[in-house]
Amino acid sequence: MFEVYKGSSDYVASESLKNAVNAAIALGRPLLVRGEPGTGKTLLAHSIAKSLGKKLIVFNVKSTTKAQEALYVYDTVRRLNDARFGDRDVSDIKQYIKLGKLGEAFASPEQVVLLIDEIDKADPEFPNDLLNELDEMSFYIPETGETIKAKHRPIVIITSNAEKELPDAFLRRCIFHYIEFPDPETMEKIVKVHFPSLREDLLKEAIRTFYKIRDIDDLKKKPSTSELLDWIYVLLQADVLPEKISKEVPFVNVLLKKETDYHYFVNYYFGKSGFPRR
Amino acid sequence: MFTGFFYTLRRHKIPVTITEWMTLMDALSKGLAESSLENFYYLARAILVKNEALYDAYDEAFQEYFHRLEGRSEIRSEIWEWLQNPIVRNLFREDEIEAMSNMSLEELMKEFEKRLREQMSRHDGGSYWIGTGGTSPFGHSGYHPAGIRVGGESRNLRAIKIAGERRFRNLRRDITLDVRQMEIALKSLRILSRVGPADELDLEGTIDATAKNAGELELKWRRSRRNTVKLLLLLDVGGSMDPYAGLCSRLFTAANSATHFKDFRYFYFHNCIYDKLYTDIERHEWINTDLVLKTLDHDYKTIIIGDAMMATSELLTPYGAISYSDYNETPGIVWLKKIAEKFPYSIWLNPVEPYFWDHTTVSMIRRIFPMYHLTIEGLTEGIRRLVARR
Repeated sequence: MFEVYKGSSDYVASESLKNAVNAAIALGRPLLVRGEPGTGKTLLAHSIAKSLGKKLIVFNVKSTTKAQEALYVYDTVRRLNDARFGDRDVSDIKQYIKLGKLGEAFASPEQVVLLIDEIDKADPEFPNDLLNELDEMSFYIPETGETIKAKHRPIVIITSNAEKELPDAFLRRCIFHYIEFPDPETMEKIVKVHFPSLREDLLKEAIRTFYKIRDIDDLKKKPSTSELLDWIYVLLQADVLPEKISKEVPFVNVLLKKETDYHYFVNYYFGKSGFPRR
Repeated sequence: MFTGFFYTLRRHKIPVTITEWMTLMDALSKGLAESSLENFYYLARAILVKNEALYDAYDEAFQEYFHRLEGRSEIRSEIWEWLQNPIVRNLFREDEIEAMSNMSLEELMKEFEKRLREQMSRHDGGSYWIGTGGTSPFGHSGYHPAGIRVGGESRNLRAIKIAGERRFRNLRRDITLDVRQMEIALKSLRILSRVGPADELDLEGTIDATAKNAGELELKWRRSRRNTVKLLLLLDVGGSMDPYAGLCSRLFTAANSATHFKDFRYFYFHNCIYDKLYTDIERHEWINTDLVLKTLDHDYKTIIIGDAMMATSELLTPYGAISYSDYNETPGIVWLKKIAEKFPYSIWLNPVEPYFWDHTTVSMIRRIFPMYHLTIEGLTEGIRRLVARR
């Protein structure tokens, strides 16, 4: 039987999310997580690692990342250089092979959690290039004739912002979960995790105002969870009275980062009268 | 197990594959659903559905399939339960309910549907009765439909009918293109050349140079291979092209989302190309065709999309353009020839069946541009022509 993920004290996971995580662990398949920015896609991997007591290996994907780098890098230049000065035994190629994040996760003596963050940033072919390796959880290094095989299939969490369509063949092998934007009740729980001693009235007011702002359809960038948390932190630091929050919406620039959004909001929320609309 | 569900999902346009289905079976045999329908709902969704846009379709399919499993006798008893609801009581008179008890299930459903439809047309807020989603107590969305499941059933019957009709459309998809197929076709539009900074170690070169240097290390670098194809897309919009607007916009989407082109430019025209090329689809903004010809390099691969069907005067006479704003001194055919001369790698894609290509202007244009039918074969063939070295 596998270890069951039940969520961790610092991360609020929905039933369906826990279900998907456990399915992925049990089946040994990568879990692909998608969702709006700030819904805790990346944090999920941290939470899994923490709650199961496993090491977390993070592989940040960039637009220039190639699949090969995830497996291993063969430092030919250094070997050539060493050959020139002869201060090392260059016939031992092994010392010039440096494992990438995926290789590291495979080679680990115990099961680890591997986070492949923002996979859609890379070249469209990138996920396909890793298909076989993720399937078999092993790869071959021709330079040394060595095969790196996972002793324990790592728990692979992959996040995507849906910037690019992922290849079908890749999707077929994943477990998929879409993290919805939390509803106000869940949001209360999330905020409480970060601010355990927050006053109830301030929490309610802040969340109510936050969702009111999110309900404005024309905003270019709607505030997300992380912005709400920042905002509450600022409100606490400035000692803002709870009743002032919805009336004045202080420090709204923490929530709205685009100038046009800010102006739109001021106009929309306060109107000409200078008082909040109903 | 649940094989019917597999087909229900596919009918709901969820692209479930055998691989994924086997994974689900594997998960079930491992006891991951814990014999609960709710867990099964999440488990199957996580394994089978890979796009949140399809979650709704999944809900529909789930409801349809598991609802039918429960059996029709249960539906009947639920109707009666539902009828006991005080709000529903306002919908029917006592004697009507009496009469309904003698009806068969089919008759009963028909009656219900009728009633509900009346209810909906009579009051604007009628959607209250068969509202989908969580707000109405009778909503039948979600995997555990409440009382008004009857409404759900009728929708299912309709869905089955539609699914039957759709079989036809599926067949047609083999002929016309969807975005994905176009993307794949456009992928082959690439010529790799070494460009950019020299950042790739040239191993062979380094060994060579080092050997020549009597073992003294000399690193050689080279440029990495990148796609150098630049694409120019000219689209005929409006008028006779309207029936093909969907097809053309799909090709446009595919070209626009392709990341492998070094440069991608597009312009619009109406019927034929004259002095101006439009930068927006409504044809309000434009730039001079001459300017485009002068500023773009000749190595742009050019794809023109249009039906090439127009009045001969539109193609051959000065001031022959159909729209007044195109008041052109030079006849369209001259412009087309100029384009063909400037961009030696150019093709014309025609969405109209080749059967109709006997048309005067079409055959004239075919003498200037190689013309291909806008289908998978046509596009693939055309692209082969664009990358072939001549």
